[in-house]
Amino acid sequence: MNQDSKITFKTHFRRFRERLITTALFLAAFSSIVITGGIVGVLVFESISFFQNVSLINFLTDREWTPLFFNPHYGILPLITGTLVTTGVALLVAIPLGTIAAVYLSEYAPHRLRETTKPVLELLSAVPTVVYGYFALLFVTPLLQKIIPGLPGFNMLSAGLVIGVMIIPYVSSLSEDAMRAVPMHIREASYAMGATRLQTSFNVVVPSALSGIAAAYILGISRAIGETMVVAIAAGMQPNLTWDPTKPAETITAYIVQVSLGDLPHGSLGYQTIFAAGLTLFLFTLIFNIAGHFFRKRFREIY
Amino acid sequence: MKDLKTLIARRKFLDLLFAIVGLLALMVGVFTLLALIIDLALDGMSRLSLSFFFSYPSRFPEEAGILSAWVGTILVMFVTATTAVPLGIASGIYLEEYAPKNWFTDIIEINIANLAGVPSIIYGLMALGLFVYKLHLGQSVLTAGLTLGLLILPIVIMATREAIRAIPTSIREAAYAVGATQWQTVQDHVLPYSLGGILTGVIIGLSRAIGESAPLLTIGALTFIAFLPDPPLQTHFPFFSFEWLLSPFTVLPIQMFNWVSRPQAAFHLNAAAAGLVLLVMTLTMNGVAIYVRYLFRKRIQW
Repeated sequence: MNQDSKITFKTHFRRFRERLITTALFLAAFSSIVITGGIVGVLVFESISFFQNVSLINFLTDREWTPLFFNPHYGILPLITGTLVTTGVALLVAIPLGTIAAVYLSEYAPHRLRETTKPVLELLSAVPTVVYGYFALLFVTPLLQKIIPGLPGFNMLSAGLVIGVMIIPYVSSLSEDAMRAVPMHIREASYAMGATRLQTSFNVVVPSALSGIAAAYILGISRAIGETMVVAIAAGMQPNLTWDPTKPAETITAYIVQVSLGDLPHGSLGYQTIFAAGLTLFLFTLIFNIAGHFFRKRFREIY
Repeated sequence: MKDLKTLIARRKFLDLLFAIVGLLALMVGVFTLLALIIDLALDGMSRLSLSFFFSYPSRFPEEAGILSAWVGTILVMFVTATTAVPLGIASGIYLEEYAPKNWFTDIIEINIANLAGVPSIIYGLMALGLFVYKLHLGQSVLTAGLTLGLLILPIVIMATREAIRAIPTSIREAAYAVGATQWQTVQDHVLPYSLGGILTGVIIGLSRAIGESAPLLTIGALTFIAFLPDPPLQTHFPFFSFEWLLSPFTVLPIQMFNWVSRPQAAFHLNAAAAGLVLLVMTLTMNGVAIYVRYLFRKRIQW
């Protein structure tokens, strides 16, 4: 009897402990939802106060962004063009180089070369972004000034080029995974028809892996849009409504940094602008992230 | 017949051409990395000395150093690790071993994937609104550590899940067969076998956090810090103190940003030296992560 009650006590204790641990683990996983809630909550809450003072139409159509001047204008357009131009330059570097590198690694490179080059390429995304900023401002810009005379010391071109190199691993590594997931027999069928490796790569493997490659591109775009330090250091911090990459301009992220460097009182309209800008940025990346998620899911499902 | 031969020759040539182009595309990244390291080393080497490591920042570039910056980096990383590691591993275990297959789990998963793609500066805005002004933690080591901890949480979770997923189901079934509970299975089998992968993810996450400056600038961390926080270990009773948690701070990437954004070229040399220290730290951590992965892969064979 005594023995029995001991066992039931032990069983009960074990069941209780299991339930406790399950709850604790669930709460940990749930915390990620709380974080998203915190992000969205803060951004929306501060933006609401902002939009009570500035109309949404004004925010989207005014061509000037001078919130800290005596005669303030709150048009987000210059920040958006700045963001799009640097991202565009970055993609012109990262997409061709990243895709070619991925095709090469997946279809051409000998095993040893792949195993040694991949980690080195991944290191590109491990370098701190502030170091890339230094590199863009004090190495790439002087180099570009020799090629393009009259290039200003701060410009979107060098920032964009450096961001482009920085996001190569994001583009190449996911693309390569997608290409390697294409089954061997599909390639063999192509070879059996007499196709060369190049023809097989671009007519068979790349189309088969397209949704994975699209996901890789989207990840790269989302990184480039959100990149902060390189543009804050090398692109100059002045809003400029231009599509010319050789000009200095400001991105959404750089504006947030610029305001943070100053000493704006909490609750002022100037303070709220960074949250309105942040919300815009968040919505941009959210759209790309969701699109990327669905592409990634599709390429996992195909084979 | 001759046409066919030239056709084949041309295709073979194109094939070879692409092999060369591919190799070159690959090398662009590698050479940029090399150029960056050499550029930093050439500029910064002359400033690297013992006194650079043990001096506070200063108005005079020759006297300025990174003492408060590297001490701050270590303290912030401590808070970051204590936030992200337990929370991340627990989330990973829940999602792989416990979570039922339902819509709520799906939401958590999509949410984590999305958090991984949120720009770091957005985390800074969240910290500014929530930690600094709502919870009144100030521009402190604690705020910075928590912010970076939340930032790298998705990295730790994903690494944990990937490591756990690699363990065959047969291992778990063997544990259940001898009467182990779910947690006993996790504690005695799943966790030890996935340790290598988890450790790799944690190191990579921390190396990302060490180089991160945008979210810390957003909470207003760019200040002149020429003192050290209260040391955690004291000489008198009770021998430890948590005052450092609420102390103002600076970290290496912010100190570097401060120097690089000054117009004087002499400060740029300091920035290069600080960048070199930062680069050595992050590259070493990544090297260690690769080695740990290799070590565990070699040791565990199913």
